[in-house]
Amino acid sequence: MSTSQTQPAGYEKYHVPESSSLAIRATIGLVGSVFGGGLVLNNMTFGSGDAGAAKWVLTIGLIIFVATLASWFRTTIRENLQGINSGQLKHSYVLGMFWFIFSEVMFFAAFFGALFYVRTLAGPWLAGEGEAGRMNELLWPGFEFTWPPMITPQEAVGGTDVQPIANNGTFTTQGQSMSFAEASAWYAWLPLWNTLILLSSSFTVHVAHTGLLAGNRSKFNLWLGISVALGMIFVALQALEYYEAYAHFGLTLNSGIYGSTFFMLTGFHGFHVFMGMTMLLIQLIRSLKAKHFTASDHFGFEASSWYWHFVDVVWVFLFLFVYIL
Amino acid sequence: MGDHSHGPAKGLSRWLFTTNHKDIGTMYLWFSFAMFILGGAFAMIIRAELFQPGMQLVEPGFFNQMTTLHGLVMVFGAIMPSFVGLANWMIPMMIGAPDMALPRMNNWSFWILPPGFLMLASTLFMEGGAPAFGWTFYAPLSTTYAAPSVTFFIFAIHALGISSIMGSINIIATVMNMRAPGMTYMKMPLFVWTWLITAFLLVAVMPVLAGAVTMMLMDIHFGTSFFSAAGGGDPVLFQHIFWFFGHPEVYIIILPAFGVVSQIIPAFSRKPLFGYASMVYATAAIAFLSFIVWAHHMYTVGMPVAGELFFMYATMLIAVPTGVKVFNWVTTMWQGALSFETPMLFSIGFLVLFTIGGFTGLMLSIAPADFQYHDTYFVVAHFHYVMVAGAVFSMTAAVYYWLPKWTGKMYNESMGKIHFWISFVGFNIAFFPQHFVGLAGMPRRIPDYALQFADFNMMSSIGAFIYGASQILFLYNVVATIVGGKTVSDEKVWDGAEGLEWTVATPAPYHTFEVPPKIDPAHAHS
Repeated sequence: MSTSQTQPAGYEKYHVPESSSLAIRATIGLVGSVFGGGLVLNNMTFGSGDAGAAKWVLTIGLIIFVATLASWFRTTIRENLQGINSGQLKHSYVLGMFWFIFSEVMFFAAFFGALFYVRTLAGPWLAGEGEAGRMNELLWPGFEFTWPPMITPQEAVGGTDVQPIANNGTFTTQGQSMSFAEASAWYAWLPLWNTLILLSSSFTVHVAHTGLLAGNRSKFNLWLGISVALGMIFVALQALEYYEAYAHFGLTLNSGIYGSTFFMLTGFHGFHVFMGMTMLLIQLIRSLKAKHFTASDHFGFEASSWYWHFVDVVWVFLFLFVYIL
Repeated sequence: MGDHSHGPAKGLSRWLFTTNHKDIGTMYLWFSFAMFILGGAFAMIIRAELFQPGMQLVEPGFFNQMTTLHGLVMVFGAIMPSFVGLANWMIPMMIGAPDMALPRMNNWSFWILPPGFLMLASTLFMEGGAPAFGWTFYAPLSTTYAAPSVTFFIFAIHALGISSIMGSINIIATVMNMRAPGMTYMKMPLFVWTWLITAFLLVAVMPVLAGAVTMMLMDIHFGTSFFSAAGGGDPVLFQHIFWFFGHPEVYIIILPAFGVVSQIIPAFSRKPLFGYASMVYATAAIAFLSFIVWAHHMYTVGMPVAGELFFMYATMLIAVPTGVKVFNWVTTMWQGALSFETPMLFSIGFLVLFTIGGFTGLMLSIAPADFQYHDTYFVVAHFHYVMVAGAVFSMTAAVYYWLPKWTGKMYNESMGKIHFWISFVGFNIAFFPQHFVGLAGMPRRIPDYALQFADFNMMSSIGAFIYGASQILFLYNVVATIVGGKTVSDEKVWDGAEGLEWTVATPAPYHTFEVPPKIDPAHAHS
């Protein structure tokens, strides 16, 4: 080798693990999950309706997947505690988390894009507006577009008898939308409470971080615990809202594009809140049980808190574009 | 936690459990070649059916499955993983890093691919057959009228997307964090630059594709109506989301190819790359523009005229940075001490044929003209000039160029040159006539055609068979090199080659740059 082998001053060795079975185990879990999930869905939609043995493929796949992720994170935490990680390696994790969150932003962008497209372009066209709406008379006579929609195009022309659609094609408008309805009963409007809860939890996570930076573990634990509790309340209220939607509002996944965008946006957001809350909870347990984290070394917590701020920001957009406007 | 001085583990566990960027790169390269053969076999079936007018060999439904799987396997299975494999092998060696930034995740990115493609290929044997709606899987064919196999197709796309996102996060972290001291951004080899920008595109658009297939899944199984007008959605919405992914995707495929050619042409011209900085800025400009041109795939869908005009002019703008690149490569060769070894031949083949593909792209960008070209064989000819003569030729050049460094063996030069000429001639016989039948109105994705297209189609099929057969020669040459090629031990295999990868031993040791190399501050980019 012609390159100089002398170690530059201050260079810390970058740890490259010798070999690892984590990737293979994670792959088995992932493939089991998606293959089992595909079988379950196909049985449900195209088959007898009974998931059969496929649900066990899905379940076992998910268990392996989650267990592998857990042991993966445990491995990295232990490496850090053993002092294996150089500053450079730690920065790789920082970059990894940052770009992961960026990819999540783009995932939500697809669903927000769908919402904006339908509300500003496709909806009015279906109702006959402009050049693109010329087919309205022929295809969907009588359909008028509002947001939230009062009627689906299928209903406007006489329902499934007149306009049958293959694969689950019955679209029935909701009885009541999730928009802010009555000013006098503002306190009963769940999204408002959810907004307050999630915004405060972002603040409490920040307070917990200041406690950690000041070396005050009890302050850190207290405020992190509050954040986790707020996250749990949010998820519970979201579940309550879904129950209301299905049981009382007639708002379901089949409620045309309004139900589709509402449930997919809030559903994926709720799932991300659940993930973020789980991440924060694990950090809390680490701090309580094992006294992990120091004022200068606490990336597990920091990454989770970034994720938490991210789901918070997504919620602000959701609140604005799904519930208010 | 042993030290890293020893070599690889023995047996299968080496490959299953590896964290080594060279092992993982090798697996990516072999996997992508296997997919290239599989996708090529699908293409041979397509060309055999189209050899003569009338229905010859296969059912129309199966023909549709072939066009669909050919596109999916080539894009997601052959071209993308091949460049990821190259990135794995070369980026750490080019920037003086001991490995990729996140080695375990690197292994995971690879190992998702084989079962993912197994799942995709298994749809061929399912009730209702494999997906048959084209590689662009437009709704409502892929939603309202979906066969059960589409569910597995969707999950396969999810799995490949996860793999791509992790792979690209890894590349970004490696390039941003693992460069040897003194290796500033503007000293990085252009291959590293193009991959950094490609990885950014991947992280930005693969999640959007995941969103699109998730909406499909919900429409099929849970009665949502994203892509059904009856519920207030819009099938055209699918096209917008798909192409918001799909257009950057074509640059994801071609940018690393630009990077490869930017390494090889200077090496065999014995001159530094002309206009290094402008190459970097042009790559970034292409990446930026790729986000605002997607609807040029949808001119005939019934967009408002203002939309057509915006996307037309934005698309034409891409010709400017692309032109900068083409002129820079030509100027690099200008007054160089040229020699024409196989990598250089494939690179020049790339340069000529990619430029033709670029010009037909410019023709297609003109909205009123596209009304005639849309969904004809002219489009097929265009994107095969950029995908095959662009991406695949450059990938082939890369294999010949770095194979001696990887294996310590020299390939058979005359066999390489024969491979190039058969490929070059076969490719042009296959795809050049498709411009003519396309302009005359022959639609793509149809198993039969009008009689007047018969001669050109027969030529096209013969060319395709020649090009396909030439890949067997390629495989033979590579295997023969590995098994019994002439040993090379010079660190610098090519006298004109520049870059850190040529400073390590040949063949490259299992671990390189465990201690960062010293970068000469005065040294120009490589």
